[in-house]
Amino acid sequence: MGQEYFHSVTLDKDKCKGCTNCIKHCPTEAIRVRNGKAEITRERCIDCGECIRVCPYHAKKAVSDPFEMIGSYRYKIALPAPSLYGQFNPSFGREKILRALLHIGFDDVFEVAAAAEVVSDAPRRYLESHEVRKPVISTACPAVVRLVQVRFPNLIENLIHIDTPMEVAAGMARRRAAERTGIPAGEIGCFFLSPCAAKVTSVKAPFGKEKSEVDAVFAMKDIHLLLLEQLKKMNGMPSEEKHLMAGPAGVLWACTGGESAFLEKGRHIAVHGIANIIAILEETVEERLEDVDFIEALSCLEGCLGGPLTVENPFVAKTNLQAVIESAEASDFDPDCLVADPSELEWTREMPYIPVLKLDDDRMKALEKLQRIDVIEADLPGLDCGACGAPSCRALAEDIVRGFAKETDCVFKLREKVSDLAQRFGDLT
Amino acid sequence: MEPGVIIREYTIPANDFVVAGEASSSVRKLLNQMGVAPAVVKRTSIAMYEAEINAVIHGHGGRAHVEIDSEKIVIRISDDGPGIPNVELAMQEGWSTAPDSVREMGFGAGMGLPNIKRHADAFHLDTEQGRGTTVNIIVHFR
Ligand SMILES: Nc1ncnc2c1ncn2[C@@H]1O[C@H](COP(=O)(O)OP(=O)(O)OP(=O)(O)O)[C@@H](O)[C@H]1O
Ligand code: SF4
Ligand code: SF4
Ligand SMILES: [Mg+2]
Repeated sequence: MGQEYFHSVTLDKDKCKGCTNCIKHCPTEAIRVRNGKAEITRERCIDCGECIRVCPYHAKKAVSDPFEMIGSYRYKIALPAPSLYGQFNPSFGREKILRALLHIGFDDVFEVAAAAEVVSDAPRRYLESHEVRKPVISTACPAVVRLVQVRFPNLIENLIHIDTPMEVAAGMARRRAAERTGIPAGEIGCFFLSPCAAKVTSVKAPFGKEKSEVDAVFAMKDIHLLLLEQLKKMNGMPSEEKHLMAGPAGVLWACTGGESAFLEKGRHIAVHGIANIIAILEETVEERLEDVDFIEALSCLEGCLGGPLTVENPFVAKTNLQAVIESAEASDFDPDCLVADPSELEWTREMPYIPVLKLDDDRMKALEKLQRIDVIEADLPGLDCGACGAPSCRALAEDIVRGFAKETDCVFKLREKVSDLAQRFGDLT
Repeated sequence: MEPGVIIREYTIPANDFVVAGEASSSVRKLLNQMGVAPAVVKRTSIAMYEAEINAVIHGHGGRAHVEIDSEKIVIRISDDGPGIPNVELAMQEGWSTAPDSVREMGFGAGMGLPNIKRHADAFHLDTEQGRGTTVNIIVHFR
């Protein structure tokens, strides 16, 4: 499989009943139901996970790495996303969650929240040191980055070309471990504990750089039970070493508004939920948000706490996280010892536009196709019922012209045809 | 249907800012499907949006007529509103008669018409007092 089109979101064919629930929820119209089963068009999928959330039969899943992979490295570092802290009752406390990670098989932990604090200083510096197009759009959520890449080519320049906290955390954690232990960097494994499919994809098929710093990605829900059991066992155990690094501001990144809270100056928007993000990006393209400096956009409702690989209800998780934040002390961790130069955080690779909507490379032919789509659409019932397996009549017309579907996939068209045939048959006899 | 031309008509209701945005966004989608260069798509949708918003705010609503062929897009936005008494003045940057209520919504900087002119390859304004205004915009794809 081409690295470019790796996707964490995949279909479990056996579970899929072809109910068409998912097709209308996909923000890039990437899903069709064909021959009774859903299919995802790889080039279009942005790994937002909307389809995972809506499938009543749990046929859509996010592929992540098996926990056993931890065994392939000599020194194992856990990189918990801040949303992990929202998955447990706050009575356990953050320090204990980090320690529990050491008990389930990791040798070291490095809070991604701490890297978030490093990264959050970057937009400020970035805005000062670059000729940037405003509003600057955050790249913390990979699903949003991919959305821009396939649907908003004009906004690629607005994306802040800075690594995600996950990438930065992996880089810093590996360096720190190598310094402390003398173990060669290649034998140190950095494992991200992920709330979502989008992060898995951004490790396997990174943007802005050639190769991810992260070695494997574990789903939060896959290690949840293991962690919970460990936490219960640890109740009452005295705390030993201190593992907390991040202050409240870094932990806040798990929620919507967390990233933009860092920018004291200027006007920022914190938008979450993929449909809301599309609305904001539409306005941005038309230069209707020119007075806005920064857009923080998280694909999941309630930010990463709503990620498809989390366990806890996002609203419960928010309350849990709030308690963690309230009891957090200001960060005592000095990033300067690990990041020599802020320009290290910048992307090393440009991001190309992937024109998935384009009908043909030849503009004349594309125009002809558009016309044929118009003609076919005019002849369809316009009910957008989804029974054909496409999200709308227009989408079916597009599929027909692209050669992926036929008119009689529409149940109404099929019925017309059948009654036509019956009529003709009747005339014959 | 004319060969080689895509035609779209949109109604622009008075005082409805949301619907105006939908029309330019749907035109943008068509251009993306045709593979028109992103920068050209952007110029088109900004020009179209500004003209639509003028029809919403100043023209009591109106309609948009769009024709796309393989080389260019022609957009005609017309309304039956009060017309523009002094076009020269209206074309000046910063000149606006937008009421305070509209300014509070972030419109009324007097930049719309100059922006349309800047983003369009051809721009023509027809207006008659008491009869209405028509803005013609052409953007070439290369
Ligand atoms: N369709 C129209 N009908 C009547 N008057 C118009 C129309 N379009 C523009 N005008 C007049 O021309 C002026 C300048 O228009 P322009 O679009 O440049 O600025 P604006 O609409 O006032 O503010 P902005 O576009 O920056 O929000 C308007 O204030 C209005 O008086
Ligand atoms: S993950 Fe998102 S973009 Fe991909 S198929 Fe599912 S809904 Fe569509
Ligand atoms: S909002 Fe967070 S959890 Fe959801 S897709 Fe984006 S990065 Fe992943
Ligand atoms: Mg205007």
